Amino acid sequence: MMAFDSFADFLAMGGHAPYVWSSWGITFLLLIVAVLHARFERRQLLTTLRRRVRREQARHQPVASQAPLNTAQGGGNHDPQA
Amino acid sequence: MWAFIHKLGSPKWFYRISAKLQPWFWVAAAGLIVTGSLWGLAFAPADYQQGNSFRILYVHVPAAFLAQSIFVSMAIAGLVYMVWKIKVADMAAAVMAPLGAAMTFISLFSGAVWGVPTWGTWWMWDARLTSMLILLFLYLGVIALRGAFTSRDSASRAASVLAMVGVINIPIIKYSVDWWYTLHQPATFTITSRPAMPTEMWLPLLLMVLGFYSFFIALTLMRTRSEILRRESNKRWVRELVEEGQ
Amino acid sequence: MQVSDTAPVASAGVALGEPGGNLMVAITATLKRDLTLMLRRRGEMLNPLVFFALVITLFPIGISPDPELLALIAPGLLWVAALLAALLSLDSLFRSDYDDGSLEQLMLAPQPLAALSLAKVAVHWLLTGLPLALMAPVLGIMLALPAGSYLILALSLALGTASLSLIGAIGAALTVGLAKGGVLLSLLVLPLYIPVLIFGTGAVQAAVFGDGVTAHLAILGALLAGALIFAPWAIAASLRISING
Repeated sequence: MMAFDSFADFLAMGGHAPYVWSSWGITFLLLIVAVLHARFERRQLLTTLRRRVRREQARHQPVASQAPLNTAQGGGNHDPQA
Repeated sequence: MWAFIHKLGSPKWFYRISAKLQPWFWVAAAGLIVTGSLWGLAFAPADYQQGNSFRILYVHVPAAFLAQSIFVSMAIAGLVYMVWKIKVADMAAAVMAPLGAAMTFISLFSGAVWGVPTWGTWWMWDARLTSMLILLFLYLGVIALRGAFTSRDSASRAASVLAMVGVINIPIIKYSVDWWYTLHQPATFTITSRPAMPTEMWLPLLLMVLGFYSFFIALTLMRTRSEILRRESNKRWVRELVEEGQ
Repeated sequence: MQVSDTAPVASAGVALGEPGGNLMVAITATLKRDLTLMLRRRGEMLNPLVFFALVITLFPIGISPDPELLALIAPGLLWVAALLAALLSLDSLFRSDYDDGSLEQLMLAPQPLAALSLAKVAVHWLLTGLPLALMAPVLGIMLALPAGSYLILALSLALGTASLSLIGAIGAALTVGLAKGGVLLSLLVLPLYIPVLIFGTGAVQAAVFGDGVTAHLAILGALLAGALIFAPWAIAASLRISING
């Protein structure tokens, strides 16, 4: 059973609209930002790794000479020649 | 048991198994949160005292639960890392911290906003809100300490120690803040503890809590996978994985 | 000097031929050494006390000289100011030992690092926490704190600052290897200080209102006992991280 008679009633939240909607809004905003950030982070990382693998294949260099990535974005430590 | 722990500790193995688990948790999180939200916002009856402002409960309580659980998980991961040197545990602890801080912020913000219709003020030194504020500072301390070290190994171990010290202190802080509040503010009206909530009210809350926990697990799995790739980027299996992916 | 300190300690222990004596000798040696070093730097030792007095001077100027109002907030003010003064002195707890390498010597000693760091913290409390507690009643007079609560003020501060030193030493040990550890140290340590602050002020307020203070003091003592059990291990682990990292 719906607790509200109309959609306008639902939006008005019995006069408490600003409080209810701002709380829910900030919650969902942060959840969505968290997901987008995780996706962005993963894509960025995969791009960097792919680029590095391709660069090494082109150069025929041994794997062992590579240092691990150590910056948060993974993009900061490119070889200048790349 | 030991074989399992060591298997779980292998980043490669964790990367494989988490890929299989992750979609289930995302589906559960989305399903539970959407159902819980619609139910809580539109179908649950309004509270007889607080009217519709009580619907903030459905985001405030899950966020507060999760904020505390994440700190405990972080400390357990730190303990596992310190005792068994399992790197995946530390990677998980590292990615959990920002989400925990975000959850603490959500519960603080929604608590403060809820305060306007209930107490008539944006901020009240209510026992729960005060404990949450202190928890936020504890999260910020762990995040800042991890960022302050240049050596990753030191950063991991320092953050683990601080998380463990923090988790021992959280119950003490909570107890003392509760005591302090009752001393200065003889029990008025606490927003979340209510006698016997009817089923139509707490069922959506249960869905939301479960949904938030699923979201936490799914996001932690996803970000730990990224962290594994970042830290193990010079390992052969990661290179092969990247080449295959192309 | 620091190196030569540990050598006779070890040989004395061997001569005694019992491991327990060995540990006690090492702890006494650390206590003596730290006390000597701290007493040589009297200026540094006075800083927290001067800071305490100065902060207390600021409040009547900033709020109001009205004795009734001051008496009302005096317990809290005294406790917060003492807590900040104790915090101020934390950064130097391991700093000079870290810089001159004697902390590494302490780690190499055969005795458990937890016990030796406990000795160092004891010296820190003896030379900052205890003087702060003894000085507080004088500042209490200036804040018009009602008579009859001075003893409780000093007692609660003496008990409380011991816990503060122990908890703070964990933060100091974690940040000693960092170049800019000062602000970070306060961020790490202040949230953990809150229970001590609550029961410390609670004790003084109870004394002002004439209520029983034993419960508060007992809880402060319990907090101290807990800190005594857990903190040395955390301090030792943190020192290892800071030195090996």
